[in-house]
Amino acid sequence: MANIFTYITFKDGVPDDSALELVTAAKQLSADASPTAVVVGSGIDALCNDVAASYAEVWKVETEALSHANAEITRNVLKHILPQGSILLVPHDTFGMDLSPGLSIKMDAVFVADTIGFEGTDGSTLTCIRQEYGGAVSTHVACDIANGAIINIRPGAFQPDETKAASGQVVDKSGDIGDVSTKRVYLETVAAEVGDVDITKEDVLVSIGRGIEDEDNIEIAEDLAKAMGAVVSCSRPIVDAKWLEKSRQVGTSGQTVKPKVYMACGISGSFQHLGGIKGNPFIVAINKNPKAPIFQVADVGIEADIMDFLPELTDAINEL
Amino acid sequence: MEILVCVKRVPDTAENEIEVNSDGTGIETDDLVYSVNEWDNYAVEEAIQIRDDVGGSVTVVSVGDEESEEVVRREMAMGADSGLLLSDDAFESSDGKGVATILKGAVDKGNYDLILTGAQADDGAAQVGGMLAAMLDLPYASLVNSIEVLDDKKLKIGREVEGGNQEMSEIELPCVLSIQTGINEPRYVGIRGIRKVAAIDIPEYGTGDLGLSAESVGESGAKVKRLDYFVPELGEGAEMLEGSTEEIVEKLIELLKAKGGIK
Repeated sequence: MANIFTYITFKDGVPDDSALELVTAAKQLSADASPTAVVVGSGIDALCNDVAASYAEVWKVETEALSHANAEITRNVLKHILPQGSILLVPHDTFGMDLSPGLSIKMDAVFVADTIGFEGTDGSTLTCIRQEYGGAVSTHVACDIANGAIINIRPGAFQPDETKAASGQVVDKSGDIGDVSTKRVYLETVAAEVGDVDITKEDVLVSIGRGIEDEDNIEIAEDLAKAMGAVVSCSRPIVDAKWLEKSRQVGTSGQTVKPKVYMACGISGSFQHLGGIKGNPFIVAINKNPKAPIFQVADVGIEADIMDFLPELTDAINEL
Repeated sequence: MEILVCVKRVPDTAENEIEVNSDGTGIETDDLVYSVNEWDNYAVEEAIQIRDDVGGSVTVVSVGDEESEEVVRREMAMGADSGLLLSDDAFESSDGKGVATILKGAVDKGNYDLILTGAQADDGAAQVGGMLAAMLDLPYASLVNSIEVLDDKKLKIGREVEGGNQEMSEIELPCVLSIQTGINEPRYVGIRGIRKVAAIDIPEYGTGDLGLSAESVGESGAKVKRLDYFVPELGEGAEMLEGSTEEIVEKLIELLKAKGGIK
């Protein structure tokens, strides 16, 4: 199999969890894989040494111009340094979604998005596992990797490889990275607004999704939260509809919460939503669709319409 | 500003339970309700608002069959100026690159300053916008949740990044942007609105019109192929509480008490 590379994302000099998950993904792709990590940025020496604990080789690409390297610049850099026909694993996060589809075109390689597993290779055909319709169904996808592949890996889908036994070497690839000019210039990152409650600090969350159907029905969830001593949070569609503030949104594009108990009410359970729930809480899923993906990750499930069930539960708790 | 918005007809997941069909070759399509991909609807609304603000026109394009024409017409009823349908038997079973190739054919026939797509669609791949931009050699940004027109050469855009933060950038026109939901509040389209645009001709282009070789698209051009559909097994699954509502409520309260869920 071709050389396998992984793209390392990081924040404040610390590699993302995906850095170790991609080691596991590479080994599932090819049992004897020894992937090479690629780190692009500025002031990344310590970071590269950190990553080298888990990778036999780390390619460091560092210049001042890359201090705010967006996907546009990074795509050009990767096209320049990666050998033709390489396989590159990238976390399917907001950066990877920005980077990879275009990179696959520039490298004339195939692209597979949001991959959650591999089922082996046969010649130049690699079979990946993906999901569609927000996790409602899974698919096997065959791709022709003869010309290389850019494969985005779902964060959290692979266990991190914690062995840290590599003591790898850092190879400086900063010398010849091609053109780093860009038609998309980074200005600033605007922090999310802080709302009236901080759902990240709550032990019990009553979280609502599309199943609430109407803004007026949110009251039902608020009543339950009040009875339980909990706070109302939500999934993305509720914020898109402007029914609740962004600060109440649980998910990778919202808040990361660590409650003890999480009541998922009328939430289907997309991976972006589940990605915002950490700390292994006790998850109760209430949904009228028995096939909702949320039932696969919940501890307890109830097949019911939340509009009927939540008021019953609220009344019973209030009578305690 | 001349704006092209790429839209897709998809099963409406808010209206349907998506299930794998009996032989695993696809999803169960009986009784499925279809609509425009939610992300694309936000993209069309954004395009219309930009045009109303700075002038120009909005064209809506879709790759698909006759049924996709309905979706194009629905988006025209929102206020888009014209529609295009890219339809050919040779387009069947295109992969992401194939769809981007077909769309590039349509882009090349026009003179667009701004090309919008939805950030993702039913297959969750979020790939066509980025591929199209790379093919056109245009700057690209994904997951865009704000657009401000600075002048006729530049936009100021926000991208949704992790944690609800927003990455602000300046991007040169022409460019391709993929639009995230929540960027605006798409207007409602009633039956009357659709009637108003019912008679407008929507031109249809195939491989020949778009200057494409049939081998570069569709099944023959696809290097990424879906083999089957199956029901995912992510974890052990929830313990389902059964019985009357009263019994379920009682069981749930005991569990919540034990787990610290009732204060």
